[in-house]
Amino acid sequence: MNGELSPRMKVVVYGLMSVLLIPFVFPTWWMVTSSIKPISDIFAFPPEIVPSRLDLSTYAKVFELQPFAQQYWNSAYIAAVVTVGTMLFSSMAGYAFARIRFPFANTLFMIVLLGLLIPSEVTIVPLFRIFLSWGMVNTHWPLILVPIFGAPSVFATFVMRQYFIALPVELEEAARVDGLGRFKIFRTIALPLARPALGAVGIFTFLHSWNLYLEPIVFLSSPEKFTLPQALTQFTDAYGGAMWNIQLAAATMTAIPVLIVFIVAQKQFIEGLAHTGLKG
Amino acid sequence: MAPATSPTGSDHTGSRRRPFWTMERRDALAGYLFIAPQLIGITIFVLIPLCLVFWFSLHEWNVLAARFTYTGAANYKALLSDPGLGEVFGATAIFSLGLVVLNMSLALLLAVLLSQKLTGITVFRTLFFSPVVVSLVAWTIVWSFLLQKNGGLNAILQVFGLEGSNWLRDPTTAMISVIVVQVFKNVGLNMILFLAALQGVPKELYEAARVDGVSPFKQFRRITVPLISPTILLTSIITIVGSLQVFAQIAVLTQGGPGMSTTVLVYYLYQQAFQFHRFGYGSTLSIVLFVIVAVLTFVQWQMRKRIVFYER
Repeated sequence: MNGELSPRMKVVVYGLMSVLLIPFVFPTWWMVTSSIKPISDIFAFPPEIVPSRLDLSTYAKVFELQPFAQQYWNSAYIAAVVTVGTMLFSSMAGYAFARIRFPFANTLFMIVLLGLLIPSEVTIVPLFRIFLSWGMVNTHWPLILVPIFGAPSVFATFVMRQYFIALPVELEEAARVDGLGRFKIFRTIALPLARPALGAVGIFTFLHSWNLYLEPIVFLSSPEKFTLPQALTQFTDAYGGAMWNIQLAAATMTAIPVLIVFIVAQKQFIEGLAHTGLKG
Repeated sequence: MAPATSPTGSDHTGSRRRPFWTMERRDALAGYLFIAPQLIGITIFVLIPLCLVFWFSLHEWNVLAARFTYTGAANYKALLSDPGLGEVFGATAIFSLGLVVLNMSLALLLAVLLSQKLTGITVFRTLFFSPVVVSLVAWTIVWSFLLQKNGGLNAILQVFGLEGSNWLRDPTTAMISVIVVQVFKNVGLNMILFLAALQGVPKELYEAARVDGVSPFKQFRRITVPLISPTILLTSIITIVGSLQVFAQIAVLTQGGPGMSTTVLVYYLYQQAFQFHRFGYGSTLSIVLFVIVAVLTFVQWQMRKRIVFYER
């Protein structure tokens, strides 16, 4: 299976992969190209795979119809805060569960793992009630606090714990003999070694926050508070019909920056995901 | 990783006077401090809400009418006689099952293809993975646009002389569309996990099998699948639990329709609680969702003993 393929098999594999690739790549291409076509061309027949005429005025309309720059900022800063917060707290918890011996450690770890069984969809009603009583409905707090401390952070803690367990303990022991405290060991020795796992956790967390949809539509009601996923669905005409070209322009602006970061850093990205945590 | 500087094997227990803050005590304190933020967070944002959701499910709670009255098991009785619930369970089951089967088999196929030694394979890997990083709602909007009656897919089909359906408005194709859109979005994650697992299978096994004249298909069934079974189990748990949480795709593509054909449990829960303002009944549906997730996870961990042949 893993040996050299015969030339004929190579052609088959390349051919199969190219066909399979279409539904993965074409939608993104269609999104970008349709967003720069004049509205009259987006439903043209035969379909224009490469646009023949350009109309970039759609992009200006995105900003006229919604406070899109503000919404962009909302999504970006929320995702950044959530990512940093999750990386900090879950690496601390993961380190303690992997390395430090303390009474009830296993019981407490089991309690934390319970979070994996309870996705935030299950608790959305009481969460709404709690944030309502704290006066935090229609603020960004629920979108920040719930991901940092809820089910997604448990997954992050689990990944970090698995990684720390697999790290050789000798370096830390040497430091302890030298009288270094736990915090110092964690910060100066363990954390730098866990960079690949941290990277994977960071990527997962960022994407999760960036894609969050149920929580924003439950908690937020004014357009200048909206996050991007929520904003994207707001470009409709008076009858509720989608304004496709404007929606696609907004979608393009939402998707392309992350996509570019991914393509530039794809090696670290994919290998980070493949080589951390999820292995036993 | 880093070269291990060997400790000199020193022992601290031999000190003359034991201070209160021994190494063990200081360590335990550090341990509690390290886990404190997560533990407090889990308590406030997961465990207390879980208790509350059970409490709320025993009440009739209409936010608009500001009514919150204890009704005992009334919501659970309403659940049993809810005429829509059968359809919701049906849609949820079809969606989850369809998604897991399609996702896992496509992920495995792609992983096997990508594990071949070919030039340019990383380009393919990057492209297959790329939808994972495309914003979920953006991805769903494009597919919604593609699947319109006069949209891109039907136009392309028409070029080849085929007539497409009104994908999102026909009950059968609506469900298939929602599943397929979600599979293409996320299959890259499982693909990468399988790829990593495949690379861990010792090459000698395949060589030995080849010498013995074992066909590639049989090699796959007898060598590859058993050896990557831990990964198969783990990804199937993640995928099933994830499939039960699907919301944005349904909200953008079909709004649960046509009829209730794509109204999965989370979408129904959202409708009941936040559109019809029935928070009590919404909480009851949350309990149902919780029980399903818990049972599925438990069953899959039990199955571990039977289907996992090999553990790292």
